[in-house]
Amino acid sequence: MLMFILKRLGLALLVALTVSAISFSLLFLAGDPAVAIAGENASQQDIAAINERFGFDRPLPIQYLDWLRNAVQGDLGMSWYFDLPVTELIADRLSVTMRLGLSAITFALVLAIPMGVAAAARPNSLIDRAALLISVVGQAIPSFWFGLILVVIFSINLGLVPASGNETWRHFILPTVVLGYYATPAIMRLTRAGMIEVLSADYIRTARAKGLGTRKIMFKHALRNAIIPVVSLAAVQMGFMLGGSIVVESIFALHGAGYLAWESISRNDLPTMQALILIFSTFYIFFTFLADVLNAWLDPRLRVS
Amino acid sequence: MSTPILSILNLTVDLPKGGDRPFAVQDLSLTIAPKEIVCIVGESGSGKSITSFTTMGLLPKALTPSTGEVVFDGKDLLKVGADEHAKMRGSQMAMVFQEPMSALNPCYTVGDQIEEMFQEHTSLPKAERKARTMTLLEEVHLPEPARIYSSYPHQLSGGQRQRIVIAMALALDPKLLIADEPTTALDLSTQAQILHLFKELREKHDAGIMFVTHDFDVVAEIADRVVVMQHGQIVEEGTAEEVLNRPRHPYTRLLIDAVPRRTRDQRDLGDGEAMLKVEGLNKTYHIPGSMFKKARDVHACKDINFKVRPGETLGIVGESGSGKSTLVKCLIRLEDPDDGSVWVEGKNIAGYSRKGLHPYRKMIQIVFQDPYGSLNPRRTIGDQLVEGPVNFGANRADAMEKARELMRIVRLDPDALNRYPNQFSGGQRQRICIARALMVEPKVLIADEAVSALDVSVQKEVLKLLNEIRDRMGLTVLFITHDLRVAAQVCDNLIVMQKGEIVERGTVDQVFGAPSHAYTRMLLDAQPGKGWEVPDVSKLPPVTV
Repeated sequence: MLMFILKRLGLALLVALTVSAISFSLLFLAGDPAVAIAGENASQQDIAAINERFGFDRPLPIQYLDWLRNAVQGDLGMSWYFDLPVTELIADRLSVTMRLGLSAITFALVLAIPMGVAAAARPNSLIDRAALLISVVGQAIPSFWFGLILVVIFSINLGLVPASGNETWRHFILPTVVLGYYATPAIMRLTRAGMIEVLSADYIRTARAKGLGTRKIMFKHALRNAIIPVVSLAAVQMGFMLGGSIVVESIFALHGAGYLAWESISRNDLPTMQALILIFSTFYIFFTFLADVLNAWLDPRLRVS
Repeated sequence: MSTPILSILNLTVDLPKGGDRPFAVQDLSLTIAPKEIVCIVGESGSGKSITSFTTMGLLPKALTPSTGEVVFDGKDLLKVGADEHAKMRGSQMAMVFQEPMSALNPCYTVGDQIEEMFQEHTSLPKAERKARTMTLLEEVHLPEPARIYSSYPHQLSGGQRQRIVIAMALALDPKLLIADEPTTALDLSTQAQILHLFKELREKHDAGIMFVTHDFDVVAEIADRVVVMQHGQIVEEGTAEEVLNRPRHPYTRLLIDAVPRRTRDQRDLGDGEAMLKVEGLNKTYHIPGSMFKKARDVHACKDINFKVRPGETLGIVGESGSGKSTLVKCLIRLEDPDDGSVWVEGKNIAGYSRKGLHPYRKMIQIVFQDPYGSLNPRRTIGDQLVEGPVNFGANRADAMEKARELMRIVRLDPDALNRYPNQFSGGQRQRICIARALMVEPKVLIADEAVSALDVSVQKEVLKLLNEIRDRMGLTVLFITHDLRVAAQVCDNLIVMQKGEIVERGTVDQVFGAPSHAYTRMLLDAQPGKGWEVPDVSKLPPVTV
């Protein structure tokens, strides 16, 4: 198992390194960075001065290594637009996004897995139909619309929770529900399909022949086998939530990393974009690694590399 | 006889409406006494498994027992609640299943899975649970119990897993043990060990054993009493000696008559040129290592040499891992042999490149083991039959005409060509597979365990058909099997393979009559029911019922 973890960790680092190279090269794919900073009408001298100040005139590999060394030390450069160190800028925004993402995925898992198990225990029953309805609705309603409806009902009419901002945990309730609900259908359906398949397996029959109770059969023997693809899916969903929560962040005026990404794109703020891509993909890689380790712990057959 | 531990009285289990018959099991009565092995014999669909599942309370939801009683230890199991029945499962009645490969949960160690029995049904402390589990592992003769205890199912062989399932079943010393085809999926030598284990259990424990099987040799080996089922009803029951040697019911006679005999008349094949000649064939699989495991080579075929004449059937016998399948794959070039040659009618098909081989692919055709998996369920039989010749350039109308002719040869209705595979039984599908193989007029036909998945009566028909076709078309047949009875019945010559090597070869009489290699002797010795001679049914007194 330790060997497996080390091996996966090595692979993850390699992927992260590749991603860092790609995100660095983005800077130059977007055109001459000096021109981007100086503006269309800048003089030759201005551009040369900028080139020298930012070191754009050095060979690319050197610039990359330099950038990488700084990035590892936590220095991702200065934002062109905000005129703040990127690290500082992102750390602030990322804590909002992380809180939102983690609570949303937890919400989704807590809602979807029991629902999937219950639906699989009695296929085509009332509970299965209800779960299907909930998941179809979740798939069909766009998050901005769902978010607005929740704001109208729970903030404006009932006054139970704040409609925007990120000051207290109560500010996160509605965004969590909106973002989490969006991830629910896929997790629910995958749990249901997995459980239905596993419940017809021979070893479930063996478990019944051993005289085990229904709860033990469902949770100890069936769910552990059925949950494996769900773990992988949840890791992917978590990645989407970090980078793709722009809509939800905008609705609830949560100034998170997703919102920052949108801002930096529209303002051509390359260092911030670069850093965000690097950070999002590192998280993505980290969650995939976590999912691999969790799956290997769940299913011993996956432990052999 | 002591009081029975299980008595089933007039049990009827309904099938869902719209099936081919209204009952899965009809008006069935039987008893099992402590220390008694009762074999339930029948072909697929006879209701034998339904009987065992009803007793265990493991019936699928679609099936419901409608009348009768199943009295176990003084209680009618059809009347006790689901929870109470669940409590009895495992503790008082236990079950061993057919498929050891999938019967254990892949996520837990086998030790945990056995201990779960004590956890669920007793209040023993942890140390005691583990100690008992170790004792069980020893009782089922597993080597190194400590290592096995912490192994996961995928690290064990089929035979070892079946021993784990048996250990689990024995954990709480149940009064009734139900075994549903527990040795069918195992190799001959493993089967012999497991059957021996069952006989040992009968001596050591007081359990009554319900043993479901389709194999009369197994019945001869272990049964005290036999119950024969057909279409959900018992057609005959009696002591093993009576039923095996003097069957009274026509169906029992039919089944016993279908058991292949161990000897047959030698055919004179003359001294023809070899149709298929294999010389010095080698195949090694390389398993790459990792930082902690050394890379290793598995020599799946070592210097294989043999030849087969036109019209001859050569049997290749061996257990799993003997290299039979690799040899077959090399012959039809699904795998490329490392070296050696495969001559068919003077052409070395091992020498061609994949592309150059194309015109010669049709010379060797194959019929696989699983008639259900080897036909595409979404295409008609006709489409699948003409695919081969059309691929080799024939026109579709001619190919269709040929398909009709071959359907007649394999005794199926030519008009069935526009039907789909699911409309045929297993035996019929296997005939379709034979017809498909013959569509491109091969010189050599390989039957790879082609009758192993079929019921005995169907098996008999298919074997007869294969022999007829061989004689009619002058085919050379390679018959791969693990079943020595079948091999003895259809083959002219035999080769015995072990660990990638041919260890013995000769005529059926030579190999089975006077085996020279220790492995062959071991195989012959492992056959169940050696003491039983299949009676000549035609000489028995006329049917009395």
